[in-house]
Amino acid sequence: MSENKNLVEIKHLKEYFNVNVGFFKSKPLKAVDDVSFTIKKGETLGLVGESGCGKTTVGRTILNLYKPTAGEIWYDGKLIKTKEDIHEFRKKATMVFQDPYSSLNPRMTVSDIIGEPLDVHNLCSSKAERRERILELMNYVGLNSEHASRYAHEFSGGQRQRIGIARALAVNPEFIVCDEPVSALDVSIQAQVINMFDELQDKLGLTYLFIAHDLLVVRHISDRIAVMYLGKMVELADAKEIYDNPLHPYSKSLISAVPIPDPKIARANKRIVLSGDIPSPLNAPSGCPFRTRCPYADEACAASMPELNEVSKDHFVACHHIEDVSRIKNKIVLN
Amino acid sequence: MDITKLSAQVNMDDFIPATDEEKEYMVQMRPSSTFFKDSVKRLLKNKVATVCFFIIVIIALAAIFIPMFWPYSYDSMLGMTPGKPVDNSFKDLRPFEYGKSELKRIEAGESVVPHIFGTDSQGRDYFIRVVYGTRISLAVGFFASLIVLIIGMTIGSVAGYAGGAVDLVIMRIVDIIYSLPDMLMVILLSSVLKVVMEGALDGTVLAKIGSNIISLFIVFGVLYWVSMARLIRGQILSLREQEYVLAAEAAGAKGKWIILKHLIPNCFSVIIISTALQIPSAIFTESYLSFLGLGVNAPMPSLGSLASDALNGISSYPYRLIIPAIVISLIVLSLNLFGDGLRDAFDPKLDT
Repeated sequence: MSENKNLVEIKHLKEYFNVNVGFFKSKPLKAVDDVSFTIKKGETLGLVGESGCGKTTVGRTILNLYKPTAGEIWYDGKLIKTKEDIHEFRKKATMVFQDPYSSLNPRMTVSDIIGEPLDVHNLCSSKAERRERILELMNYVGLNSEHASRYAHEFSGGQRQRIGIARALAVNPEFIVCDEPVSALDVSIQAQVINMFDELQDKLGLTYLFIAHDLLVVRHISDRIAVMYLGKMVELADAKEIYDNPLHPYSKSLISAVPIPDPKIARANKRIVLSGDIPSPLNAPSGCPFRTRCPYADEACAASMPELNEVSKDHFVACHHIEDVSRIKNKIVLN
Repeated sequence: MDITKLSAQVNMDDFIPATDEEKEYMVQMRPSSTFFKDSVKRLLKNKVATVCFFIIVIIALAAIFIPMFWPYSYDSMLGMTPGKPVDNSFKDLRPFEYGKSELKRIEAGESVVPHIFGTDSQGRDYFIRVVYGTRISLAVGFFASLIVLIIGMTIGSVAGYAGGAVDLVIMRIVDIIYSLPDMLMVILLSSVLKVVMEGALDGTVLAKIGSNIISLFIVFGVLYWVSMARLIRGQILSLREQEYVLAAEAAGAKGKWIILKHLIPNCFSVIIISTALQIPSAIFTESYLSFLGLGVNAPMPSLGSLASDALNGISSYPYRLIIPAIVISLIVLSLNLFGDGLRDAFDPKLDT
């Protein structure tokens, strides 16, 4: 695969939800506010951030499950705009959901769940072909063929997530949005599922947008990582770079919070604890969204939102005080 | 490997990997089965529901087939032969009694089908009237519920799934229909439709059914779908927030697919239980309309009209009220219990 080819290009994506505040009054909730990034073919882009920062909304808006308020989604050099575009797009881009319990219809058997995208797009001409394809998919994700006639509630969380992954693979997609696919699973199962994602990527040449809040998981699977805060993207860099040299004050604090399974190293690292809480996206602060909790904030931060600038090669940061911040080195050693 | 007896060391020989044969042995194969087949299997395990189902089937089969071969008919007055004086001995017979001419035939050695429930005040065989009344009541109950179900389900699911302006308009219409006094509307519509349809039906198949029953169906179709629509809309409002609906959308499914494949199957239990309850309520509505003279046409009986006719002679012939009352109760109770069983059977989460 060509290294530099952009598969997905997101330009100034905005997603506002109207929230009712009192009678007849509604206010836009800026879930995603002017986010731009690209995903190269065959790579995995990790998307991290705390709860409520708009990660999931980004994932869903890319797949047009929510109609974007503004901005453009380009896929493989084509703008996705009309209904026909979206319908075609859904044969190439699919999604794995966070909750393996509510994302599978309890009335459908496993083979019907996995076969649904095939039925919707009329991809199989005969029943035998459909069955063949479903068994092949189940084999990919490590399910036994005799599971096909069972209902989803007969499975454990990890197996259910495998069913969800098989469903996402059914149409032979190129791009999969993984919306916190492992956060509902326990740690040992997480490892299995994550490794399965890796294997599938190698085998099928997939491109992932991997949304998660577990930084170690993201580091393991991602080529590049984007950090979001309150609907905005604050930092985007290679996975190794962002761990070794986080530049945005928020990323620094986020990385320092990663638990390290070695007490000696953990003690040596200083944890950066932020004061205050994440502001409500309904009343987002002016300028830089992080300024209310940022130790470096001044008037410039309140006045304008910093642009996402390329600080070093392939390392983008949105901060007015990038020089001040980068002078203070608190190198975090991860084993 | 040498192991001291008191050591906690594990004997590795106990942990050899399973051979393929052993693995094969552990795999429990189950033949594939559909949702419907599974549900029927679960339903048959429920004894009460199965018994109720058979009671309903027996009553329904009896109502359909007995009138075909029974020698008496629901509207023929025994003892009334053209050109002869009226034989009053056929009126108000008690169970298993015979009229004069029948007694003569029995003496002559002929076999006469007994009047199991006696006859009514006009000399009509009461058993066949009850059977016929059951037929009418069941048909009205079944078809009226079917009409309510189809209209209510379609409108309710569209309103629930579409949401927004569509939902708003439909639910305001529902509110308006709700606010009309339904008893008054039923009586008004029935009497108006009766006049309108009288001539139009002549010569068609529908003429046999009678304009009153058809107007009853129309009344049900127009007025009674609202509660079903509300119920299903409420269910669908909560179901469409489920992630599997989003997953179906992500797979490219359209509204119709999502409603039919995801939303309606998941409110099946509600639909079944409320339809099962709708049938008896339709039977009751039919009977009070019959009582008011707006239900079935005069010679044709329904369980409701039989019961109300029996009020006149309640002290002398109490069984004429009791028999249709028992049949109504049996139908209603069986339907309710069967509906309960169906709900349990169609919910795979309750499967043990």
